[in-house]
Formats: sequence, structure tokens, C-alpha cells
Amino acid sequence: MPDDERRPTKLLDQLEEGPWPSFVTEIKKAGEKNPACNDLLQQLESSYEEKRGHWKHGGMVGVRGYGGGVIGRYSAMPEQFPRIAHFHTIRVNHPSGWFYTSDALRTLADIWERHGSGLTNFHGSTGDIIFLGTNTTELEPTFNELTQAGFDLGGSGSALRTPSSCVGQARCEWACYDTMKLCNDLTHQYQDEMHRPAFPYKFKIKCSGCPNDCVAASARADLSIIGTWKDAIRQDDAAVAEYAAAGLDIRRDVCDRCPTRCMDWDNGKLTIENRECVRCMHCINVMPKALRPGKERGAVLLIGAKAPIVKGALLSSVLVPFVAAEELEGTVNELLKRLWDFWDEHGENRERIGELIQRVGLANFLDGIGLDPTPEMVAAPRDNPFIFFREEEAN
Amino acid sequence: MPTFEANGTVYEVDEDGFLENPEIWNEAVAKDFAQSEDITDLTPDHWKVINYLRNYYLGFGIAPMVRKVCKETGFKLNEIYGLFPSGPAKGACKLAGLPKPTGCV
Repeated sequence: MPDDERRPTKLLDQLEEGPWPSFVTEIKKAGEKNPACNDLLQQLESSYEEKRGHWKHGGMVGVRGYGGGVIGRYSAMPEQFPRIAHFHTIRVNHPSGWFYTSDALRTLADIWERHGSGLTNFHGSTGDIIFLGTNTTELEPTFNELTQAGFDLGGSGSALRTPSSCVGQARCEWACYDTMKLCNDLTHQYQDEMHRPAFPYKFKIKCSGCPNDCVAASARADLSIIGTWKDAIRQDDAAVAEYAAAGLDIRRDVCDRCPTRCMDWDNGKLTIENRECVRCMHCINVMPKALRPGKERGAVLLIGAKAPIVKGALLSSVLVPFVAAEELEGTVNELLKRLWDFWDEHGENRERIGELIQRVGLANFLDGIGLDPTPEMVAAPRDNPFIFFREEEAN
Repeated sequence: MPTFEANGTVYEVDEDGFLENPEIWNEAVAKDFAQSEDITDLTPDHWKVINYLRNYYLGFGIAPMVRKVCKETGFKLNEIYGLFPSGPAKGACKLAGLPKPTGCV
């Protein structure tokens, strides 16, 4: 195919219609600077025509000293599309909470235009900055420029993936602990686990500052660290009255939507039975000026969430119901050591820790990591008749 | 089919530089492939890892998990990266003539 000629992409062009941004438009723009992007579009157009993908599975490429951070991508049609014969993905470790100066973004974009397609994802599902598409020979030069600019590769493969956090106390009044510091500290502490894969499979840590869980830790992190509080919701009665006066139907939109129905509104006074509160955040989200999380803040540690790859999806389950914010980092480090020891010893190849717990049972898992069972670990403790006692406990 | 040439021998390899026909492997092959991984001299420590991987592969038909490599050879993971800069999967397995590991190592 001549370099300067772009064949029509009739199907993809439809995706440029309408008022919203289009990845097709962006790839076309990138194609003006880097013809590999035109090959990318052409290959995708033929995928649309034939209703099948044209990427080979996997690849084993990287940079010296690291076992991860680069995902090998090879076109299955290298003769037709030689400029994307190699089109590797690079994961770049994002800063906590995804804060950048525009200068940092320009630096990243310039590095990637020099060494790759110029196309990026901000951000991938892991949270990393994703550089899309380059040749094997460009990997080391990209890595060198990234490290000189103060960036590093993220995790990939059977390793600790780049930890991620919500914007936490930097931007949000609900954050019950410093998510950005914890994420940053964990990233520094576990460089080996991130860059030199040695686990049975991937392991993700995500830090959310409150139960709104803006990084969706409970749906996809093997260890979800979610901010919560132990004491009562702080309540400003005057502000509650203002919401009512402004037309908010507190009974219908707040009390009746509380999952445990722990609130009551008598057209003048809001009463909260805090013992029954499950920290769902609904009332706080509806009346942010009137209600706030309590003062005794920390986090709940949950285990075992994953997306559907290999086996089905799992949500995470409570492992440690409450850790005070001051003790959080120490507890997380100690817990990670125990979790990884147990998983290393008993995990099968490509078995996530949540699947391991399902296979061996929660009781054996807790035994293995040396934690005592608590009622919070069971979704509905009073409804569950399947409680097994060991013989020595029953006597 | 990509090829890799060293010391006058031409090998058929996959895109990532792994040997296409693992059965033609011998020690000379490992020495030739060392060049592609920027390893100038194969020491007894290198051979310990290579031979372990080779024997495991011949026994089980797959590459061992990384943890097992460390346990059986007695090397810590960062020592293995010291020997094979691109790591046990991409570096050591390539020299040992294993097919490209998928998800293992």
C-alpha cells in the first residue's frame, strides 16, 4: 500500500458522525504524523467488515531489568499492514489520583510521538497511562526517556498491578483517609512485586476514600481499601431543614432509599439509628451540606474482587471491618505479606486470590492468614445457617 | 518467519525471538541466543537456571512458575534478573530453548 494513500474506511467513518468525540477522528489525526496509525485504521476497518479481530494473542517483550510493563501486540496481517506488524502497548505508572501539570502531559506526549504512534489512553482500566503502539526496537529508548522525565513503567502480567487511588483528600471532603499517600507509599514499597512478576496471577490494590468507591475497588481490586467511619454520621439539623424547605422530599428520597431503613423524618427532625447504618453514603450524597461522615475515620479492607477473565466476576468481601486511618498503612503491609505468602503457597497458576478463597473455603483461608472470623465477613450473618464448628470448639 | 543469526547459524524464531523448534536445542544454541539477550558470558549460575528450565520443560511440557524456579535453583528473583536482564520468562526461557511461555514463568 502506498505510504501517502489512505483507503476509504466507510464503516469507521460512521463513528465520526454526531456531536461527540470520536476515536476514529483522533486516529486519523495521529495518522497525519505517523503512518502506522493509518495502518491501524485500515486493519480495524477490515475487522469491522469481516467481524473478527486481527491481533495475535499475547507477546513477550519488555525492557531490561523488568519482567512487565510492556504488552506485546502483533498484527495477524503483517503483510497487509507492515507498520503495525509490531504495535506494542506500554503501561506507564500514573501518579496517585491522576494529577498532572500540563507540562508533564506535554512531556509524555512528546516522548510518545518520538518513539511510538502518539496514541494514548488516559487512562487504562488499571489506572496506568497507556501508550498504544510501537516497535520492539523503540521500547528501551522510550523507557530511558520516561525514566529521565521521572516516570516509570506500571505493572503487567502475573504481578502486582500499579496501585491506584481516588483523588482523596486532595479534592474531596468525604475521604476518610489519605488515599493518595497510601497509594504512593504502596507503589514505592512494592517495586519488586510490580516489575518482576512472581505471583500466581495478577494482584490489584485500589484505594477509595469513602464508600462511594470512585475507583470501583470493590468490583475489581483483589485488595480493596475503602474509607469508612466508626462513629455516627455528623448531622446539621439547620441544613437538613433548609433542604426540606427547598423542596427535597426527605422521606421519599432519603429515608425510604436507605438500604437498612435506619433513618426517620417526622417533617421537622431527622433521626438516624447509626447502629443500623451500613455506610452506603446515599443520604450523605443527597444532602451533602447537612450530613457528613463521622469523625472516627479509617478504612475497611476487602478481598477478592475480579473481572470475568478466566473465571466469573467476583465482588470483594470484607476481611478487616475497620482499621483506624493512623494504623492503615502498617495493617495493609502486614496483611499483604500474609495474603501473598498464602497465595504463593496454595494458589494455582492463573488463580486470583478470590478464586483461591472460594476453592479452599473462607475458614481455611482465614486460618492460613491468621485472622479470626467476624460477623462482618458474612453478607447476612443472621440469615446464614451454615456455620460449622470444629469438634474441639463444640465440646 | 523471522530468523535469528549467530556465529554463522540461522535459527527460525517467532516474533519475540523464541526458538521455533525447541527440539533442536543444545548448549551451543543457548550460547548463540545469549547474544540476543546481551549476555556476554554464560557462567555456571546461568547454566544452573537454563538446565533447570530445560529439564522441567522436557518433563512436563511447560515452563515452571517463577516461584518454583527460585525455589529449585536457590536464586532470588532479582538475582535471576541479574543473570538474565529481561527476566526468567523472556530471557532464561529463550536461552533454554523453551517455546514462548504463556502466563507461566
